[in-house]
Amino acid sequence: MSVLVFAETTGGGIAETSLETVAFARGLDAEVDAVVVGELPHGAAGELAEHGVRTVHHATGDAFGAYSGAAWATAVQAAAGQSRVVLAPGTPRGLEVLAHLAARLDVAMAANVVSVVPDDELVVTRQVLGGSVLEEMQLPDTPALLAVAGHAVEAAPAPAPAVGTVRELTPEVAPADLVARVVSVEPVEAVDSSGLTTASVVVGAGRGAGGPDGFGAVSELAELLGGALGVSRVVTSLGWRPHHEQIGQTGSRISPDLYIPCGISGAIQHWAGCASSKTILAINTDPEAPMVTKATYAVIGDMHEIVPAINEELRRRRG
Amino acid sequence: MTDVLVCIKRVPDVGGEVTLTADGQGVDARHVGFTVSEHENCAVELAVQVAAATGGRATVLTLGPAEAVEQLRSALAVGCDDAVLIEVCEPGSYGPADVAREIAAVVADRGDELVLLGNDAADTGDFQVGIRLAHLLGRPVVNGVRTVAVTDGVLVARGDGVDGVETYELPLPAVATVLEGGVEPRYPSLKGRMKAKKAPIDTRAPRSAPAGSGRVRLLLPPAQPSTVDVLGEGPQAAAAVVDLLERMGVAR
Repeated sequence: MSVLVFAETTGGGIAETSLETVAFARGLDAEVDAVVVGELPHGAAGELAEHGVRTVHHATGDAFGAYSGAAWATAVQAAAGQSRVVLAPGTPRGLEVLAHLAARLDVAMAANVVSVVPDDELVVTRQVLGGSVLEEMQLPDTPALLAVAGHAVEAAPAPAPAVGTVRELTPEVAPADLVARVVSVEPVEAVDSSGLTTASVVVGAGRGAGGPDGFGAVSELAELLGGALGVSRVVTSLGWRPHHEQIGQTGSRISPDLYIPCGISGAIQHWAGCASSKTILAINTDPEAPMVTKATYAVIGDMHEIVPAINEELRRRRG
Repeated sequence: MTDVLVCIKRVPDVGGEVTLTADGQGVDARHVGFTVSEHENCAVELAVQVAAATGGRATVLTLGPAEAVEQLRSALAVGCDDAVLIEVCEPGSYGPADVAREIAAVVADRGDELVLLGNDAADTGDFQVGIRLAHLLGRPVVNGVRTVAVTDGVLVARGDGVDGVETYELPLPAVATVLEGGVEPRYPSLKGRMKAKKAPIDTRAPRSAPAGSGRVRLLLPPAQPSTVDVLGEGPQAAAAVVDLLERMGVAR
């Protein structure tokens, strides 16, 4: 049995979420191949081989210069061959490309997959309702299409690296698949200027901030720790902070080493965005708040008193 | 003139603890309200804006039980002109491919030039109905955009991409799925509420039996007993917090 992973690249190599997906695919006890569409960064094929990928299908051609979900799905389809399962990271592009493939092949697709029970008919476990409920779903079609939830498994090199043979392909793309295509990209720092999704420390603030002026101390704490500021949905919907700072089911999903939510009760919609944090230090007036009971550490009390005190102690120890 | 169809889904409004039905096939919604996803609220706002700007009509559609009229009327109250209910007794038995097929039948019948959907439903999170719909209709689709506008029959859609804000331009008819954050959904006016109460609902029967969603069962993640280590209360806890930050190596 062989399975195919749609791998995304960043400037320097293969995206972390794609390497996680490769690690997930290895767990299926199958030969793992991968497909990269467009530019293949130097060393990326070697990186995939280290993670156990047997063949790296590399799709090139004019059609793949600018991003188009439908065209990229054509490349994945061309590489899929007899693959029993096609996997993609649960990123916007991973989900979009996989959905095009699902529609074209008229097969089932599961999103937010966290684990799989391979059998005659594949059964996966996936997150629904923002991760507060799990669903077992059957995917009898071949190929079964799985978008893997972020941090479902950790990326890790394979015990025995594979060869990682690069196979070039230039699939033909139907003109209709190029109609919906990016015509321009405007680099905008504000999209994630603080690096919210990649920061190793995130300080969060919720309704407890009290108003648009209530973020001074939490911003300072984030700065002192070299981290980023994130907020709950209520904060953005009240217009206290911009939407790109929102953590949650309809905002950013974060996975820092340390998350410090201040005055955030921890509703499901917020938890969906921060559940992958390695350590949580909650600051809240309510010891029974879900964010406090789910946290690793907590301080009970008013964030407006506690956070300035922490900032002061940090500055004092630094002299 | 661009007629816009915007698709929404009635979902349980769960904020805290979730309980499941005895058969494990659904969420026990006896003690919770219902809502639609924030993505869809933004899609409704965009539909109303595009229709107003082009002199077209905005129609809201859902596939759901008779009770889903509640969500349709909410969309009518914020400016949608018409509402379509594809009434089904057990919406849970409709998988994303089934839902796309039913919406496609309505669009083929009505001819709406632009169809908007949310990026993903708040409950099942399938991320695929819009794209399946586009394939069935033979239309181009853009995914996860924050704003849409129609100028001279061209859809201009913008959203956050990996390298910055991406702009798509595509000819109508088209399909777009919307992410929250590009527009502020308006509140219903008193006049809007009155109009919504009396508006007729175009209720239709599904075209075909559903193939299903593949759901075997739902289950709750294993309850994690709280292991929280309370470092202290009030500002006096600051020293203990900084001790922790130093131990973790984040207080540089």
